[in-house]
Amino acid sequence: MTTTSLPNPAVRAGWVDPPPRKGFFTDTSICIGCKACEVACKEWNGVPEDGLDMLGSSYDNTGALGASTWRHVAFIEQPARPAAPTVDLGMPSFSLPGAEADPADRTDFRWLMSSDVCKHCTNAACLDVCPTGSLFRTEFGTVVVQEDICNGCGYCVPACPYGVIERRGGDEKVVKNVGIAQKCTLCYDRIGEGQTPACAQACPTQSIQFGDVDELRQRAADRLASLHADGVPEARLYGADPNDGVGGAGAMFLLLDEPEVYGFPPDPVVTTRDLNDMWRRAALAAGTLLVGAMGAFLGRRR
Amino acid sequence: MTTLPEDLTKATAGTGSRRSGGVEVRAEKGRGAPRRGRRGGGERKMVPDATFTSYYGRPVVKASPWAADIPAYLFLGGVAGGSSVLAAGAELTGRNSLRRVGRLGALVGISVSFAALVHDLGRPMRFVNMLRVAKHTSPMSVGTWILTGYGPLAGLAGAAEIVKFVPNLPPAVTKLAAVAGRPAGWGAALLGPAVASYTAVLLADTATPSWHEAYRELPFVFVGSAAAASGGLGLLGSSLADSGPARRLAFGGAAVELVAEQLMESSMGLTAEPLHQGTAGRLMRASKILTVAGALAAAAGYRSRALSAAGGAALLLGSVCTRFGVFHAGQQSAKDPKYTVVPQRERLKAAGRQEADR
Repeated sequence: MTTTSLPNPAVRAGWVDPPPRKGFFTDTSICIGCKACEVACKEWNGVPEDGLDMLGSSYDNTGALGASTWRHVAFIEQPARPAAPTVDLGMPSFSLPGAEADPADRTDFRWLMSSDVCKHCTNAACLDVCPTGSLFRTEFGTVVVQEDICNGCGYCVPACPYGVIERRGGDEKVVKNVGIAQKCTLCYDRIGEGQTPACAQACPTQSIQFGDVDELRQRAADRLASLHADGVPEARLYGADPNDGVGGAGAMFLLLDEPEVYGFPPDPVVTTRDLNDMWRRAALAAGTLLVGAMGAFLGRRR
Repeated sequence: MTTLPEDLTKATAGTGSRRSGGVEVRAEKGRGAPRRGRRGGGERKMVPDATFTSYYGRPVVKASPWAADIPAYLFLGGVAGGSSVLAAGAELTGRNSLRRVGRLGALVGISVSFAALVHDLGRPMRFVNMLRVAKHTSPMSVGTWILTGYGPLAGLAGAAEIVKFVPNLPPAVTKLAAVAGRPAGWGAALLGPAVASYTAVLLADTATPSWHEAYRELPFVFVGSAAAASGGLGLLGSSLADSGPARRLAFGGAAVELVAEQLMESSMGLTAEPLHQGTAGRLMRASKILTVAGALAAAAGYRSRALSAAGGAALLLGSVCTRFGVFHAGQQSAKDPKYTVVPQRERLKAAGRQEADR
């Protein structure tokens, strides 16, 4: 994985000599599902209550990312664990009982927990389609809504391939920024002061790691290699490949199952990748209408 | 915060299944399943049943927060754009009744469109923020600028008609309106087709499966629908002696729309399914019936004002159904993770095969 050849989206957006691109690496293999990230995010960013329902989905009563949910911890209870291809060499064991669990003795159940967040894509559809310039690329390469400019057109909502950003509803007297698109800012106010975003700061296991994207990609690759060496072949990275459909995410993940199990799209592509073709076809269609209507004036009067 | 979608009731926990995470759902062919082609008859499947996994059946992407304002705008913008072209042609060829209905239709259509667009904003008072940037990557920004050019031109051309009905205006005003109305009408005619077609990009440039996957043919469906509707309005409002161009535009537009819609569905794969289900399915069926009937009545009605008007009305209604149908199909496709996950999985599988072949 190269770390130097990546185009910094902040430079592309016109920043001169910006600081290194910042992001998250969320290692779900060490997430304990404590939801400290959800709470810290709400507290720091003043994100309003997002419903107090029991959803019947394990310990997840948050549901999904949205206007008032900028971190979301997913809980998946899996009845069967993919068998690890370990080879029994028949060696005597010298460790404490239980310290080296025999795969055969493991219960046929596992938890998957993962803290989801805005991906801060290299090629961000929300930012591309925003008609007011409210969404912008920061000097840290992240994507942030300027809440005093957004007019709530809602275009970013269906544009996001991950279903992250949302227009906030509710009563204007009780909730702030009603009618405005909202999402994670990667704690723009904190990182500008050299601090760690609230979620990463609060994470007790360092499942959420904050840092320079280049370094995080390396760290993610190292962690993947070590898990594979330790007999966890189902470990995989998500969002760490700069050649994926969004040009790589600023927030990447280490997952223990297929992305869609966690509610991620398996192969997200920024919709604006096809935009030139769309404009070409729309222009052709408009031309067809103009010429066709002109042609309609040839012929009989009635 | 999301609430559980109805789909969860259909989903079954993946106990010991191939992929045991989350919730595994077998994508089934709905009752309103598509039948491919009109000659095909039987129950041919568009794509094989797909097994996929999701997180408790919840959507992956979010549906747009847009309400009926937006599909109503798609329709009215189309009527306005097409009507401006008809009106300019009628003005140049001396078809007075067709010019009048075209200009008035464009004025009313674009005025109501503008109101709908502002009303749909989360912060309507901030509409003007649309004008602080111009971005070709944002179809809404491009559309705003197209409308900013088109609106005043269509308005001026429409005003030139209205002043004729207002008694006791100073002669200078009527003269000015008549003089300015002509070039304004020509300008509106040049921009009108863009108003009608860019809305297809507006929908397609999203992660909403049934909108994005339709991007190749949707502009042609939309301009066809706009031509049928504006031709229909022309038939409703012009005298028989002036109606020829409106009749041919209506018929041609209906034909383009119906053909492009069929092509669109065949290129959309699984994401064509929502066009046949629920509200969207009913609207798309109604659209086909109304468009076919309207086009036939328009073609046959060149001796009957009543038949022409009936055909025109049917085409207008058909266009409404097309726009609302496409809109609802997209919203539905965003709410069901199947339409996001399955096509992406298939894409990955195909890419993997290609990799292996190399």
